[in-house]
Amino acid sequence: MKTSRRTNWPALLLVALGTIFILFPLYMTVTIAFKNPEQMAYSVFAFPTELHWENFSRAVEMTNFFSAFQNSVMVTTATVVLTLLTNSMVAYAIARNMQRRFFKGLYFYFVSAMFIPFPIIMLPIVKLASGLHMTNLFGLIMLHTVYGLAFNVFVYVGYIRSIPVALEEAATVDGATTWGTFWRIIFPLMAPISATVGILTCLSTYNDFLLPLIIISDPEQYTLPLVQYVFQGQFNTDFNLAFASYLMALLPMIIVYLIAQKWIINGVTQGSVK
Amino acid sequence: MNKRLTAFYWMTVPAVLLFFIFLTLPALQGFYYSLTNWNGFGHQYHFVGFKNYVNLFQDDNVGNAYWFTFKFAIVVTIAINVLSLLIALGLNAKIRFRNFFRGIYFLPNILSVLIVGYIFNYLFSNVFTIWGQNLGITSLSTNILGSEQLAWVGVVIVAVWQGIAFNTILYLAGLQTIPTSLYEASNLDGAGKWREFWSITFPLIAPFFTINMVLAMKNSLMVFDQIVALTNGGPGRATQSISHLIYTGGFRGGEFAYQSANSVIYFIVIAMISILQLRFLQRREMDN
Repeated sequence: MKTSRRTNWPALLLVALGTIFILFPLYMTVTIAFKNPEQMAYSVFAFPTELHWENFSRAVEMTNFFSAFQNSVMVTTATVVLTLLTNSMVAYAIARNMQRRFFKGLYFYFVSAMFIPFPIIMLPIVKLASGLHMTNLFGLIMLHTVYGLAFNVFVYVGYIRSIPVALEEAATVDGATTWGTFWRIIFPLMAPISATVGILTCLSTYNDFLLPLIIISDPEQYTLPLVQYVFQGQFNTDFNLAFASYLMALLPMIIVYLIAQKWIINGVTQGSVK
Repeated sequence: MNKRLTAFYWMTVPAVLLFFIFLTLPALQGFYYSLTNWNGFGHQYHFVGFKNYVNLFQDDNVGNAYWFTFKFAIVVTIAINVLSLLIALGLNAKIRFRNFFRGIYFLPNILSVLIVGYIFNYLFSNVFTIWGQNLGITSLSTNILGSEQLAWVGVVIVAVWQGIAFNTILYLAGLQTIPTSLYEASNLDGAGKWREFWSITFPLIAPFFTINMVLAMKNSLMVFDQIVALTNGGPGRATQSISHLIYTGGFRGGEFAYQSANSVIYFIVIAMISILQLRFLQRREMDN
C-alpha cells in the first residue's frame, strides 16, 4: 500500500489552520501581558515593541502572588498524595473482595457519586466545614480528595482486577501479610494508573475555583484562581497588569504540561476509557 | 484467613470515613435544609415541608436558569462532539508533526477555566469588536456579552474552545483501536470516504461517542466558572446557570433552604439525564 504512506496534505492543512483558534487567545495573553497601555492603543494585535516586565512585578505585589502560588502548590501536592494513598487502598480491598456483599455495596456506593454534581452539596458543605473548623487549606485538601474518589475508585478497581491474583497468592505463601502484599507488590504495580490518577487530580485541584471560593475566606489562604477572582475588580483599569497576572497563574501548569505532555495525554486517555 | 479479611476492612476505613462525612452527610443535610425556611445565617428556622419545592415551580428565575442551562448544554454538547470528532479524524490521518498537533489541541484542557474566561471576556469586549467594526458587521461591533440575546453564544464559544480538547483525545484513542485492515478491505471494495466513515469508523468508536456525549453534557450542565468570568449571569439574568443561581441565591440572597430544594431537583434532573443518555446510547451501540 504505497499511497497510505504519503502525507495527507489537506488534513495537515486543516489541522494546522485549526490550531490558530487554539493559539490566538494564548498569543493575545502573552503579548498583552508584556505591553503597556500606549502600545495597546497603537495596536492590540501587534507583537510588543518593548517588554514591560514591570507588569509582572506589579501584579506579583498586587495579588500577593507567591503566597497564593504556595497555597496552590501545597493544596495540590497534599491532595495528590492523599488521593493516591486512600483511593488505591480502598480500591484494592474492593477489587479483591468483589464477591463479598459489603465490598460490592461499597463499590456502588462510591461510584454512584459520579452522578452527584458538586453544586448540589455546595450549600451544606460550607455549613459542615465551618462547623468542623475546616474552612481552610486543610479542609480544601480533604474535600478535593473526596470529590475525586468516585471516579478514581472506578478507574483503580478496573485496573487492579487486571493484575493476576497469583502474584499475591505467591506472596502469601511466602508469609506476607495483606498490608505487606499491598505496599510491596500491588502499590508498585499500580504505578501507571496511579500516574494517571495523580495527573488528573493535579490538574483539577490546581485549576479548581468553586471549592476555594466557597470554603476559603482568609486572604492569606487564597489559591491562584481565587486571587484572580478577588482582584478582578481592581484590574479593570489596567488590562496589562491583569494579563500579566493571568499568565503567571497559568504558567506553572503550562510548564508541567510541556515537561510531561505525553504522560498527561496518555493518562487522560487511559483514565477515562477504562 | 480472618486476619486477611480484617486488613481489607481496615483499608476501606479512610476512604469510607472521608466519603461519608464530606459527601453523604452533606447531601442528606442538604435535603433536610430544603424542607426548612432557613436563610443560612441565623439560628432560627422552621420546618416547612415541601413548600420550597412548590415555590420553585412558580419561580421565573429558576425557570430561566433551567432554560439557559439546557439550551447551553445541548448546543455545547453537540458542538464539542462534532468538532472534536473532526479534529480527531484530522489528527489520526497520515500527517506530519502529529504529536506536536495533539499537544496543541490538548493545551486548553490544562488551563484554569476561570482565567480562560477572563481572557475571552477581554477578547469579546476589546478585540472581536475591532474586527466587527473593521468588517462592518454590526452584530460583532459591540460586545456580544453585553447583549441579552447573544451573551449565551459567548459562553458557548468559551466552553467549546476549552471542552474540545478532552473529547478530541478520547476520540483519538477510539480511532486508534480500529484495525487498519478494515480500511484496506473497504478500499478494495471501492468504498468512498463518506461511506467508510459511516460504515466503519463511526460504529466502531460508538463507545467513545457515548462517553463523550455523557461527559460533555454533564460538564456543561454544571457550568459555573465560565459564567462568573464572562457575564456573572447577566445581562439581567440572561446567562444565569443553575449552579450560579444556587451559589448566588444560597450564599448571598438569603435563600439557603430554597436553593437547597433547587439543588435536590437539579440532582434528580442530572441523574435522570445521565442514566437516560447511557441507556439510549448504549442500546444504539449494540444495534450497530
